[in-house]
Amino acid sequence: MATTAATAHAAAPSESGLWSWITTVDHKRIGLLYGVTAFIFFIIGGIEALLIRIQLMRPDMNFVSPDVYNQLFTMHATTMIFLAVMPLSASFFNFLIPLMIGARDVAFPRLNAFSYWVFLFGAIFINLSFVLGGAPDAGWFGYSNLTSRQYSPGHGVDFWAIGLQILGIASLAAGFNFIVTIINLRAPGMKFMRMPVFVWMTLVTSFLIILAFPVITVALVFLMFDRTVGTNFFIPTAGADPLLWQHLFWLFGHPEVYILILPAMGIVSEVLPTFSRKPLFGYPVVVYSGIFIGFMGWGVWSHHMFSVGLGPLADSFFALSTMLIAIPTGVKIFNWLATMWGGRLELKTAMLFAIGFIILFTMGGLSGFMHASPPADLQQTDTYFVVAHIHYVLFGGAIMGIFAGIYYWFPKITGRMLDERLGKLHFWLQMIAMNLTFFPMHFVGLLGMPRRIYTYSANMGFTEMNFWSTVGALMLAPAILIFMWNMVSSARNGKPAGNDPWGGATLEWAIPSPPPVYNFGSVPEVKSLDPLWHPESREAALASNLVHGPIHMPPNSIWPLVSGLGVTMLLAGILFGWYVGIPGLILMVVGIYNWAFEPCD
Amino acid sequence: MAGRLQAKVPFGQSALAVLACLLAATGCKLNQFPQSTLDPKSDYAWAIKRLLDQQVFWVVVIFMLVLLAQLFILIRFRARPGAPEPKHIHGNTMLEIAWTIAPAIILTLVAVPTVLTIYKTQAPAPAGSLHVRAIGHQWWWEFQYPELGVTTASEMFVPVGRTVAIDIETVDVMHSFWFPAMGGKRDAIPGRVNHMFFAPDTTGTFLGQCAELCGVSHANMRMKLIVNDPEEFDAWVERQKSAPVHPDSTSLAARGKQIFSQGACIACHTITGISAGMIGPNLTHVGSRSSIAGAIYENTPENLGHWLTDPPARKPGSLMPNQALTPDQVAALVAYLTSLK
Repeated sequence: MATTAATAHAAAPSESGLWSWITTVDHKRIGLLYGVTAFIFFIIGGIEALLIRIQLMRPDMNFVSPDVYNQLFTMHATTMIFLAVMPLSASFFNFLIPLMIGARDVAFPRLNAFSYWVFLFGAIFINLSFVLGGAPDAGWFGYSNLTSRQYSPGHGVDFWAIGLQILGIASLAAGFNFIVTIINLRAPGMKFMRMPVFVWMTLVTSFLIILAFPVITVALVFLMFDRTVGTNFFIPTAGADPLLWQHLFWLFGHPEVYILILPAMGIVSEVLPTFSRKPLFGYPVVVYSGIFIGFMGWGVWSHHMFSVGLGPLADSFFALSTMLIAIPTGVKIFNWLATMWGGRLELKTAMLFAIGFIILFTMGGLSGFMHASPPADLQQTDTYFVVAHIHYVLFGGAIMGIFAGIYYWFPKITGRMLDERLGKLHFWLQMIAMNLTFFPMHFVGLLGMPRRIYTYSANMGFTEMNFWSTVGALMLAPAILIFMWNMVSSARNGKPAGNDPWGGATLEWAIPSPPPVYNFGSVPEVKSLDPLWHPESREAALASNLVHGPIHMPPNSIWPLVSGLGVTMLLAGILFGWYVGIPGLILMVVGIYNWAFEPCD
Repeated sequence: MAGRLQAKVPFGQSALAVLACLLAATGCKLNQFPQSTLDPKSDYAWAIKRLLDQQVFWVVVIFMLVLLAQLFILIRFRARPGAPEPKHIHGNTMLEIAWTIAPAIILTLVAVPTVLTIYKTQAPAPAGSLHVRAIGHQWWWEFQYPELGVTTASEMFVPVGRTVAIDIETVDVMHSFWFPAMGGKRDAIPGRVNHMFFAPDTTGTFLGQCAELCGVSHANMRMKLIVNDPEEFDAWVERQKSAPVHPDSTSLAARGKQIFSQGACIACHTITGISAGMIGPNLTHVGSRSSIAGAIYENTPENLGHWLTDPPARKPGSLMPNQALTPDQVAALVAYLTSLK
């Protein structure tokens, strides 16, 4: 029955057309859907950021009104965190995890499609608020009691509270899916300590997601009840303590920070060895550090709350636990440097972004270490110093890491190479613009500029630094446009990539680009870490291209979309009324029923 | 320990100062930044600044080491034609131990003074402190001196050298009380009373503002701290405790007083002997203040007139509604309020 790889791929059916995308359960297509959707929201969040920066360019500007300004910074953070960085990471999980562990798909392909559709509908729902009476405006952290009906009478906060619950369903489904996939679908021989670091970081991130999102969901349900049926979970005049919200929120919120950064750390841990021509230095230490960071993420949440006055004992505890996290973080950085040490560095665009990640993330980590000390934090918290910090971590860290991943795996995804010249132009422009935007914020913060103020007066000395920050932000726009142009033109006219353009070490480079629908003709056998870099294990990995007999792949299904739409409408009905909620309920039940009894041959 | 710390202070300070100056192309004087955290004027702010200087030292050193290592690697190990395939080194246990222990030592050096400073600055305020209640409102600060019987708004007066113990409260949503020159911020939380104390070491006027998002005019919730010599402070207290000025019955101010006491003003504002409203600022001595409307406008007759004509237009979301006053009424009220020295 054995045929050659070439004939097997020619025979593979490749469906096309809108319907095939709407009903797809292929992890690679869902990964692409995630990526493109999240990138669109990255652009929307970026436009919100530009409007914020223009408003702050000069003192006493009137570019946007104060209430629109509050909507912009709330939606900028909500969009970038929940609708851009998380789903961009999910896009990598989707596309790469089955390929990296030698599987044909994720464990629950239809649940995977369901995650995507719920994410898309939830994202649209939150953004509908802009045209339906005003977007959320109480900050992405939504501190009680500003979010109470008394102090936020509009519906913005309702959109936020319900929208985040909808997105939470998508994240939870994806989190469970990837945990089961990674634990159960690894190819024979891929022991835990032979998994690529990116797979490890996906596993840690997925555990953080399934443990953190229930916490925020509880808080959001309380808030929703307070606002819709008049309960008093967060109403101080009824005896409630608004600090309950802060504890619940940050018990979710700090693990969320690691949900955002760990996937990027995983990406960088794949990119650096490939372009150094050297295996990752200290693989087990990097893995354990990632696990330790994920674990410790649960013991530091109150460092977001030093200014509330929890008392010296709590402040000291959370200061020390926070400082402790600096150790595994530092260890990771040292191991990345040691990976490059003695290597043969090929400075392709992906590698430049990975190195940019190291430098910028180190800066973000160090400023984070500065406000781990509560007395110092009391001068820094809620100022632009913290804005600088989070952007060095999330833009310099997560986004640079994600771009490294896009440049690295684009040939695998599309079968074509990205233009290196445009890529390097993108990198340098983004690196300069990023630092011009965010570096001055450290100083304007230490010099006394609070966050979330729509304006400041000329006598404060903030003018110059804000001006340069705005110039930097405006420079980021062409950097991203160059990237988009590169993507579009290279996807059409780029050089054909071949199976393994970079000489990568992991399983996805053993198969064609783009991979066939079934990924591996036969299940690969994994004989070592970095399978493609050892002669014996390389042979075993390449043998997976051979097709032995018919391959069963799950059929397309419309029901994930239908049930996803139903869930979204049901929850949206809390805000819009029964005429949205009841049809949503019906769609959900019909969708799940048909999903359950759908034949899968 | 102390000796070691002091040796590091100048480096941290100069690093910060140099970088701040590079960015602020306007010049190098810290007094161009009236809300700076880098220019401490109290014992509390100094305790924080010393920690910050120590941190800046380590942060700059560590970052420079990482950056130099990265640059060296980029130059030394960059792919060159004909370079051999690198050796596949998988790790080194001694190195891993070394770069785990080194950060742990640095962290300990920072953690010890951190914890000591936490306990020192969060201790109960010393006896004999001047007691002030700072109460957050959307969007202005009220200051009450319970032992002195004085209530004022947006401008806090304290004597130099004496410890001020502040109770931080709010009547509506969360706010955060912050005078950077005096030290760190502390949140005003509904249903709680928070505490902070500091002893100002220099006379002068220092700026502060609310640091916790509190609604649409969060940016307009500013305040001033006026640190005076003790005698001047006592004189200020005496003036604030005195009865409000009674205008001459034929003057424009008298007409303003009549409008005030017969209009909607009394529902929200207190002027001792005339009204007891609790929602807006106490106006008994509003004419003595240098600023109005949450310290966003200088207290001039012109600004006051603009304010009274349409408060929400001057401060977005202002809880003081537009009272549709005629220009004559505004002029009379301005005359009366500015007379309340």
